[in-house]
Amino acid sequence: MNSNSFLALVMSALLMLVSVVGHTEVIDEEYIWSKPGLDVRFEQLAYELRCPKCQNQNVADSAAPIAKDIRVKVAEMLNEGYTNEEIIDFMVARYTEFVTYRTRINWRTIWLYLAPAMLFGVGVLGLLFRTRRATPTVTLTDEQQARFDLLLTKPKRK
Amino acid sequence: MRKLLYLTPVLLGLVLGGLFMYVLLSDLDTETIPTPLLNQALPEFSLPTVQDSEQIVTKADLDGEAYILNVWATWCITCRIEHPFLNKLSQEGVRVIGLDYKDTREEATEWLTQFGNPYRLNLFDEEGAFGFNLGVTGAPETYFIRSDGTVAYKHISAINQTNWDEELKAIYDEL
Repeated sequence: MNSNSFLALVMSALLMLVSVVGHTEVIDEEYIWSKPGLDVRFEQLAYELRCPKCQNQNVADSAAPIAKDIRVKVAEMLNEGYTNEEIIDFMVARYTEFVTYRTRINWRTIWLYLAPAMLFGVGVLGLLFRTRRATPTVTLTDEQQARFDLLLTKPKRK
Repeated sequence: MRKLLYLTPVLLGLVLGGLFMYVLLSDLDTETIPTPLLNQALPEFSLPTVQDSEQIVTKADLDGEAYILNVWATWCITCRIEHPFLNKLSQEGVRVIGLDYKDTREEATEWLTQFGNPYRLNLFDEEGAFGFNLGVTGAPETYFIRSDGTVAYKHISAINQTNWDEELKAIYDEL
């Protein structure tokens, strides 16, 4: 087998895997929308909301009954004209902060956002500190300097 | 000093590894979502009972005496396992209120005739609309309600003798 056909095999295997993993519950359902564009917001919300029953699945992917309830409620609220924020607030009020993948900033979660920036700052400071520190200078005797030059000279190949 | 500096990543790795091992090996509960209703009033509702579609019960009808609100359904296998213990609690004088969740009257009635009825009152939430406001994720779940109608605790999955003795009885007694 040459490397090209091997690559093709690996790629097709990966594609098959993706097509299995990529199945979502949400595409099997049909909702009636009162306005165009709601379907796009619906999909966006379904992917951002997290199913409270199943540990790491979004509401779009999950087959759990509660995920379906949330999808139906989201669709209903969209048709009634609620904004995305209002819908997420509504869900958080019932299912806690757990229900949204896009963690909102409050006093308990602010560290999730601040910590990476703070760590980066510490890294930059450390780097500045290290590079700016004066490097100690050494004075060489003539003999040492000659040997130093010799060591640094590239030997000629024969 | 310099050596210590090079050891830092190793030490950090060990600390993180230790933390992960601790979380993996200990019984730390990472699945239970605390109810946002804790110490807040149970949401208002107006529901018929399983026995009588004409009888409408509201939150105010239940307030005044502490109770546990058990969310159950005939399609729920764990509820079947939990049921005998609820019967026992009811006999011991615990005020058990039922919330039949996404179920049919016929099946619920048959279940109660067959396995006994521990519920002083059995609310019928056919569509699961009140369950949604409660933040129910499945059945069984049990809410511990104080006499003033506020939520003291939410227990997910079945109540049994072990968790009642170890944890839940104390919560009930405090209501």
